[in-house]
Amino acid sequence: MSTTVNSNAGASASASTSTRGSDGRVFSYYPGCSQMAMNRAYDVSTRSVAARLGLELVELEDWNCCGATAYVAIREEQAFVLSARNLALAEQAGRPLVTACSGCFVVLNKANKYMAEDPELRSDITRALAAGSMRYRGTVAVRHFLDVVVNDVGEETVRAQVTRPLTGLKVAAYHGCQFSRPFGERADPEFPDTMDRLVNWLGGETVPFALKAKCCGGLMMTTQPDVGRALTGKILKAAKEAGADCVITCCPLCQFNLEGFQRRVGAAVGCDCALPVLYFTQLMGHAFGLDARALALGDSLTPVAELLHREAVHS
Amino acid sequence: MPDQQFEPKIVGFLCRWCSYTGADLAGTSRIQYPSNIAPIKVMCSGRVDPTFVITAFADGADGVLIAGCHPGDCHYSVGNYKAMRRFPMLAKLLDQFGIERARLRLEWISASEGHLYADLVKSFSEEVRALGPLRWKQRIAPLCESVDIARSQAATV
Amino acid sequence: MIAQDEKIGVYVCHCGTNISGTVDVSAVAEYARTLPGVAIVREYKYMCSEPGQDLIRKDIEELNLTRVVVSSCSPLMHEVTFRKACNDAGLNGFLFQMSNIREQCSWVHDDRERATAKAKQLLAAAVLRVGQQVAMEERIVPVRPETLVIGAGIAGIEAAVRLADAGRKVYLVERLPSIGGHMAQFDKTFPTLDCAACILTPKMVSVGQHPNIELLTYSEVEAITGYVGNFRVRVRRRATSIDPTKCVGCGLCWEKCAVKKVPSEFDAGMSMRTAIYVPFAQAVPNKPVIDREHCLHFTRGKCGICQKTCPADAIDFDIQDEILDLEVGAIIVATGFTLFDAGELARYGYGRLDNVLTALQFERLSHASGPTGGEILTKSGERPGAVAILHCIGSRDENHLKYCSRVCCMYSLKFAHLVREKTHAEVYNFYIDMRAFGKGYEEFYRRVMSEGVHFIRGKAAEVSTVAETPEEEGKLIVVGEDTLLGVTRRIPVDMVILASGMRPAEGTEKLARILSLGCTRDGFYLEKHVKLAPVDSPSDGIFLAGACTGPKDIPDAVAQGAAAAAGALSLIDKGRVIIEPITSEINPEVCAGCQLCIMTCPYTAIHFDSERNVSVITEELCKGCGTCVAGCPSGAARQKSYEDSQIYAEIEGVLA
Repeated sequence: MSTTVNSNAGASASASTSTRGSDGRVFSYYPGCSQMAMNRAYDVSTRSVAARLGLELVELEDWNCCGATAYVAIREEQAFVLSARNLALAEQAGRPLVTACSGCFVVLNKANKYMAEDPELRSDITRALAAGSMRYRGTVAVRHFLDVVVNDVGEETVRAQVTRPLTGLKVAAYHGCQFSRPFGERADPEFPDTMDRLVNWLGGETVPFALKAKCCGGLMMTTQPDVGRALTGKILKAAKEAGADCVITCCPLCQFNLEGFQRRVGAAVGCDCALPVLYFTQLMGHAFGLDARALALGDSLTPVAELLHREAVHS
Repeated sequence: MPDQQFEPKIVGFLCRWCSYTGADLAGTSRIQYPSNIAPIKVMCSGRVDPTFVITAFADGADGVLIAGCHPGDCHYSVGNYKAMRRFPMLAKLLDQFGIERARLRLEWISASEGHLYADLVKSFSEEVRALGPLRWKQRIAPLCESVDIARSQAATV
Repeated sequence: MIAQDEKIGVYVCHCGTNISGTVDVSAVAEYARTLPGVAIVREYKYMCSEPGQDLIRKDIEELNLTRVVVSSCSPLMHEVTFRKACNDAGLNGFLFQMSNIREQCSWVHDDRERATAKAKQLLAAAVLRVGQQVAMEERIVPVRPETLVIGAGIAGIEAAVRLADAGRKVYLVERLPSIGGHMAQFDKTFPTLDCAACILTPKMVSVGQHPNIELLTYSEVEAITGYVGNFRVRVRRRATSIDPTKCVGCGLCWEKCAVKKVPSEFDAGMSMRTAIYVPFAQAVPNKPVIDREHCLHFTRGKCGICQKTCPADAIDFDIQDEILDLEVGAIIVATGFTLFDAGELARYGYGRLDNVLTALQFERLSHASGPTGGEILTKSGERPGAVAILHCIGSRDENHLKYCSRVCCMYSLKFAHLVREKTHAEVYNFYIDMRAFGKGYEEFYRRVMSEGVHFIRGKAAEVSTVAETPEEEGKLIVVGEDTLLGVTRRIPVDMVILASGMRPAEGTEKLARILSLGCTRDGFYLEKHVKLAPVDSPSDGIFLAGACTGPKDIPDAVAQGAAAAAGALSLIDKGRVIIEPITSEINPEVCAGCQLCIMTCPYTAIHFDSERNVSVITEELCKGCGTCVAGCPSGAARQKSYEDSQIYAEIEGVLA
């Protein structure tokens, strides 16, 4: 009956995303595969700052691959089925789904949106899920952890947690391509400023950074290293030239590309590309006074601990 | 399974300022939609007496649409709100008659939304087709004669 | 029920092939012969044509028809035409009914059989309905001779001057402190390169001095009631804090004003103004206003230096907003446009990068009375060596404005010419398609091409500051695909001009509600007919002119202003207007005095007569929505032209 009065003002999926945490503070947490291994530090620091901010991240039970990386490029529909299974699990759990990985975020979000918009895709995926006795009604909100911190938790709560303000620290806020694209729901798709606002709340400043949403090279760093290095090199070079002390990221693959190959990247673009690169969660945790272990700073491939130690001494 | 042969009859009460004009726009834009709907022009969705709706069902309609200006855009400023407030009562009445609520719709179509009108007629026609014929005479007429009474009253005024 | 002695004439129109192409008109006509009371059925190629109308007139006279039905297009199109034809032949026009078998039948259904079946349904409904209709007298009301013009840009000015020159009183309401609109901000005008001020200023002056124009600047329309010929308008005149009878516009006050850093709206933020100000030197009226949001007297209760300075003692901080109640016969809406906010497209760097300008900012930069005295300079005060003009900013963009803003190609060409002329800089136009449709426009395009301006076919992707080569160091680098060459271009320039599109002026939606006007999906006002009634609104007596109905250049806006004035004038000069009899009535014999109708009426048109214990409708206030009729529990309320019996007949017809 509820459908008989229809405002037809875009009665989209967003209107029916009901599974928000009872107080907006409890989320199903989707770590993603990277955070389980190579990017463990992102997972550790995410959980640490979430606890500080009063966000309860309940790891999604029995989660599986989101379908990102190569799969979505080759077999999109199958990738969406993988994501849909996670969405179905989150629906059962009755909470919105949050992930800190931009890659996971995009595929989960796309699967969610496209299922709502495309009846054919929806019926295909529904059939695939049914084979595993699962069902997804389309009620889960998919969120990026950065978006939750900045847009839900907000300035007041974040500022209240700061015990070591990042005074004088110049940060290049590298959002990467997948945080705000393709949908641009909560940040400008071409020029997001979400992390800039966050760094400001932490007492630091961000440098004007023209390449903040350009491609880091993604998987090309392994498949076509020349292209990958050139793209990563541009970003690191621009950050250095803008006077940044460090680069922060909100995506495991960006982090890996930016921190992992600095010497070879430098050689490729003909300049020194050495620059500390860390997750925004690590920087935030440091400002909150969390210790190096809680932020897994030891995993860094660039001198992050030294940078933050220096800052701590300065402030 | 819905009867593919069954062509539902739908009566549409369209307000003159927004929805009738929007339906005309679908025409001038040549947007195709099923022929199941027959429009009746009223000045305002607020003019649609619930008795019109019941009469339409009684006279053989399988579905009824009431369409007016979007909330806030009513040419008579609040006529559509009156329609909106009458609607739940009407829906409840349909329940009591045993008429599926999905056979009646209240929608907002502005004068520039010809494409939405066409989409609406498409989806509504399909929905009513899936419900099948109303069969007022067999199902509902025996239950109630009040409509005829109401109608004869109206006719004497 | 149709009476035995009725003789109904039914006329089915082919509309060329518009109807007959889909609907089997002969079958419909054949069917009509089986309907009760039908005496004659004819089909004709164009019923609305003179010979078509003659058929009706002749039949009425020769066959003594008692009622007429025409099956053709939408009644919104030709109801008036056929009603008049009936009247001319001596049949009361309200004994006529139309069935719409074009817009809502032949044009929307491609299946011939089904479309024909539906045309029959609709015709049956009209025949049964017409049998219930009654002869009525047309209601004729007088029309007041004054006109309200809302918006004093070039369209509103044109309309006001035309009406005033015809000897009619005009109230010209403008939200800003001066009239002139956007045109007053422009430097040159395409394609003739006339100086905008030179052609506009004399018109502005004549508005200011015209004895028939009452200028209400710094004012907004708050409410409108009434109907065609007899509107009542409530206007709020914002307090200017200046006594206009004393002020001579000497300018001492704004020279002394302590607040000097308010971004000038007129200069599109390219310069600063004071808190007491006239927006520009040629402003009409040429008297300042105090911007109370920034004035220290109002924000902090201090200062007052202007008051001390004023030799005429014209400054009065205690002046309050004034409410004016006007009565007018016609209304012309000319509220114009606002520029698309280029900041929404962060990739072009507007608001983030220096020397990325909007079109209006460039107009001011190039204007002799602008912030640089007309010299085209970068922020650091140098002449640019290269300038890029990016077309279609916001326009033709699925995510922003879906439509073409029509003027940007041409003003971009004008900018290109001005840059070449004044600085000899290289100019690069990034365009999707060049649209040079108007008189002399294509010629102007050719001229600018011959001036050595570069045209790159492709929408610019971004404006970057990240240099990849030494030549790009310190420059704005415009990156975009040249779709003709199939390569990505990187053009280093010193200045970027964003050719922003046009969207409806701020407040358009609010005014639409005040006036009960409809808007398109893009937010512009909806015309009565986009081709044949482009300056009429769907509401009688309200006319539309200029960019408020969609992007327009100056010649089109002027033409519409004049056309709207002609529309208003023909209404006013006739002095009376026929009102469609659609008002409601309450039968006191049946009314139980429950007063439910009083609660449903949107216009307080119903009052309770406690002596007779019945509700009574004041016809002058009733607008004919019929909501009270639908809500009346006793059936005492009825609506003319939309009687219950008529609607029941129609229901019966469509379901026959």
